[in-house]
Amino acid sequence: MDNQRKIEILEKKLEAYDIDVSLNQSNPEIKVNREQLIEVSHALKKNEAYEILIDVIAVDYLTYGNADWKTNDATHTGYSRAVKPTIIPDIDDTFEDRFAVFYQLLSVTDNQRLTLKVFASESNPPTVPSLIDIWSSADWFEREAFDLMGIHFEGHPDLRRILTDYGFIGHPFRKDFPTNGNLEVVYDEKKGEVVYQPVSISTRPGVPRVIRNQND
Amino acid sequence: MTESNLKLNFGPQHPAAHGVLRLIMEMDGEVIINLDPHIGLLHRGTEKLAEIKPYNHSIGYMDRMDYVSMMCCEHPYVLAIESLLDITPPKRAQYIRVMFDEITRILNHLLWLGCHGLDIGAMALFLYCFREREDLYDAYEAVSGARMHATYYRPGGVYRDLPEEMPQYKANKFISEKKVKRLNYNREGSLLDFIEDFTNRFPSLVDEYETLLTDNRIWKQRTVDIGVVTPERAMQLGFTGPMLRGSGIEWDLRRNQSYEVYDELDFLIPVGVNGDCYDRYLVRIEEMRQSNMIIQQCIRWLRENQGPVMIGDHKYRPPKRDSMKHDMESLIYHFKHFTEGYSVPEGNTYKAIEHPKGEFGVFLLSDGANKPYRLKVRAPSFAHLAAIDEMSKGHMLADVVSIIGTLDIVFGEIDR
Repeated sequence: MDNQRKIEILEKKLEAYDIDVSLNQSNPEIKVNREQLIEVSHALKKNEAYEILIDVIAVDYLTYGNADWKTNDATHTGYSRAVKPTIIPDIDDTFEDRFAVFYQLLSVTDNQRLTLKVFASESNPPTVPSLIDIWSSADWFEREAFDLMGIHFEGHPDLRRILTDYGFIGHPFRKDFPTNGNLEVVYDEKKGEVVYQPVSISTRPGVPRVIRNQND
Repeated sequence: MTESNLKLNFGPQHPAAHGVLRLIMEMDGEVIINLDPHIGLLHRGTEKLAEIKPYNHSIGYMDRMDYVSMMCCEHPYVLAIESLLDITPPKRAQYIRVMFDEITRILNHLLWLGCHGLDIGAMALFLYCFREREDLYDAYEAVSGARMHATYYRPGGVYRDLPEEMPQYKANKFISEKKVKRLNYNREGSLLDFIEDFTNRFPSLVDEYETLLTDNRIWKQRTVDIGVVTPERAMQLGFTGPMLRGSGIEWDLRRNQSYEVYDELDFLIPVGVNGDCYDRYLVRIEEMRQSNMIIQQCIRWLRENQGPVMIGDHKYRPPKRDSMKHDMESLIYHFKHFTEGYSVPEGNTYKAIEHPKGEFGVFLLSDGANKPYRLKVRAPSFAHLAAIDEMSKGHMLADVVSIIGTLDIVFGEIDR
């Protein structure tokens, strides 16, 4: 069965839901509203035999498409334009279309992969319903997405931090979190103990970020 | 928590924890009631670091994901870039990758077998396993210059072709000529000769390990019916690789979603029956034998077929040093390659391979820049460790060590 046909069949089976099915690298990718995420997931698991939730990937779209320097015109400024910080943190507390979650599903029966994509809510914290009741493996994957990206999974029974340090503040994989972090750990000789202090290093890009079309 | 229950801390610095694993265990006597793993002590933020580097700079970081199966971790990252760029490496490069993936599988399973045995009290096995690992490390070194962190795969092929000669031992005042001659017996020819000599010896060595363990009464007492996972639960918990096959599901990405040249190779997929630690042990032992056969087939093919190991497009590979000296265009490509790298078209992709531990996947989201917008590594051990609570409930404390061993966890990839 060719891929286009597969998509059509899938679209027909899920026509009760407000979804958008497309083809990505020979696998279907479904964009779904977060209100219908649980129902669609249920349908995919029950009727389409997607038994395994392979991964949950949170993405922050804050700086999507930003480049350190433009490649189409000549410029009169030097390398410093790549060194200046370009990421402006979100000041207002709404995250419209900022956070998305990708779910990678695998069907062992049909030997098929599928991607589910859902945008988190605009409210603070960005929220997505938890899929832990459908796939148990969502447990740690969602905890990780919460820890690193600050996405709240509604209905998760144990949404604790998982990878960062005890007492860590912030969500490090957000684009407005600096790569070198905010705090560093040093040994304070006077106090005779390990203490936290603001970081003493700054990030300097070695290679500027450049967006080019394939034909440029 | 009732009065009789005890809370016990295990790790993070404990030899049986296979790295920096901290377990908070709630116990009733010696029986596990609840188990809460605390991970992240080795979190280095690799995925965040990759966002500020051009694509090729992160290949070396992938080695440090699962640091006992290095080249297998580079593989999906390279595949993901290739699929977004829409390029295919030459066939010889694909065979070299498959051969080194299988060498890596044996490397990983030998370390797993040695450490799993050591944890449960089979001390001698550890020494035997590490003896064989030494030869495979030499193969790594001959091809990439590094014994562990190879950084050998590239988008579009591999860094260089297999060397025609192996590095040899030299005599000095501590090692006599006679001993050097004995040490060099399999290093006279090319790397392929060296690996072939290994593959000829290896099956009998696996037999040797099996005589120590497979019918050993203590080994069976420690592994049979420990950590049983049903096929349904295994899928529900996101198991892949030997953990899934140990529970009786025949699922192998090399066969089911074949990548590179696995569809041209002949191998079997071992499957367990009961889903306990012993079955998973048998599955992994058989995988080593099958890997050995795959390597032999690759050697045969690589001997007969010469060719390029990297695509010709200078956008993705630096030009030859001497063409750079008299060709303007090569000089420009060289400059561009090392100052800016290449830009990857907009889009997202998920590529996975059959890593020795399970499905190791890379999700790559590109906005068209020369650096990834978002990189996410899907580590098999992460999903496996998440199930440790369910697997060890009701077992004794000593069985937790067996279960940690059978999960085959490595913290480089769990914590990333």
